[in-house]
Amino acid sequence: MVQFVMPKLGADMTQGKLVEWCKKPGESIRRGEIIAVIETDKANVDTESFVDGVFESVLVQPHDEWLPVGTPLAVIHVEGEVPSELAPAAPPAAAPAPVAPSPSVARAIPAAVVEEAMARLRISPAARKRALDLAIDPARLVGTGPGGRITLEDVERVAAGAPAPVAAEGADRGQRMRDAIAATMARSKKEIPHYYLATTIPIAKALAWLESRNQERPVTERQLPGVLLIKATALALRQVPELNGFWRDGRAEQSQAIHVGVAISLRGGGLVAPALHDADKQSLDALMRGLQDLTKRARAGSLKSSEMTDPTVTITSLGERGVESVFGIIYPPQLALVGFGRIVERPWVLEGRVVPQPVVTATLAGDHRATDGHRGALLLDAIDRLLQEPEKL
Amino acid sequence: MSPELMSPDHLRGVVVQVLSDVAPELEAESLDPHAELRSQLDLDSMDFLNFVLGLHKALGVDIPEADYRKLATLDGCLAYLASKAKPG
Repeated sequence: MVQFVMPKLGADMTQGKLVEWCKKPGESIRRGEIIAVIETDKANVDTESFVDGVFESVLVQPHDEWLPVGTPLAVIHVEGEVPSELAPAAPPAAAPAPVAPSPSVARAIPAAVVEEAMARLRISPAARKRALDLAIDPARLVGTGPGGRITLEDVERVAAGAPAPVAAEGADRGQRMRDAIAATMARSKKEIPHYYLATTIPIAKALAWLESRNQERPVTERQLPGVLLIKATALALRQVPELNGFWRDGRAEQSQAIHVGVAISLRGGGLVAPALHDADKQSLDALMRGLQDLTKRARAGSLKSSEMTDPTVTITSLGERGVESVFGIIYPPQLALVGFGRIVERPWVLEGRVVPQPVVTATLAGDHRATDGHRGALLLDAIDRLLQEPEKL
Repeated sequence: MSPELMSPDHLRGVVVQVLSDVAPELEAESLDPHAELRSQLDLDSMDFLNFVLGLHKALGVDIPEADYRKLATLDGCLAYLASKAKPG
């Protein structure tokens, strides 16, 4: 028996709304099947089950109220042993947390980090001390005191595993998304010692190859240069796997799979970076279709939970907006962010002569706790080399 | 309906409709026919591709990549589509 709780669909999510159940009590459900639609600050997310089992009972009916991450929503009956490692994004699904800090919570959030986060919260001194003692993730605290101040009672409530009441309503999605981005990016800049690298990559070969390929194709099958950049980055990460994965429990955790989060700006402000799964293994055609589909759904506000939580690295291309380079902020707990600027014609020295060449500036923001600049340089170099042989992408 | 069967007004209506599918906040009246669509509507390359795809779907025209620059403004776009209708 496990509880399906309000999932944490990304580092910036603290609360969600239950929009709809996609299963009825008594129906069986498989891992990866859509169980519910959850509204977050960024999208309505088709949320996938993290276990095989039978959807047993509903604890919460869909309603228009923000529920904190971790709120029990339904009970799933699981045959045999309950997997001890549930989906990384899902908080421990077992019974309400005991008052003593559970080892997983304590391990997941080093005291120093908690302390630092606390320093930024509006929180009473007694509540601060109690929360530190219990190693409670500050992100889970919702203030009910004056001006949204966190009280001792709020801490105790979270410690007891009870759902906290939700913070004052009223902000629209745009404002909430701004707030979520603000919190996550501030956390990233504060916690992650970023190092930055940049290199200029000649891209004439890749563009010529793509152009001649597109020429033979109807508009429905044409590809954008951005897809080459995504594929080259994914393949380069195979060669430099130290930059693909997460920073967890005080160390880097490399990921075998390469799920590339692509930063998609939303019309009207804000952005999301959902995953193109196994980008290194997909053909360019499949990646292009995936990117089109993802862009469309991101802008319509309809994404899948795995897309929100799976990215092992992020790519941002601000070149579309005319800038030549972008030095990004890592989306925690990822280890790196690769940026591409606009493709521009520049004087370039080729075999001793200066010739106009299209070039693109590739940048890397790396987590210095996990890797050094040397490793990062290898990644940018690998991307460069891969782009010089576009037919192999 | 193919472009050659359309009145200029009808063609304009179709183009604006396709554009507003890509950029829902578009206000047809305030669209400057001479200004670049990309900057006017904040279109990225994916948006622009979707615009071309939309024209393909609505009008049955296949627009080669080399001609994309002719679609830069609304006026340019209408002139290009009208010319596609004429032989040669």
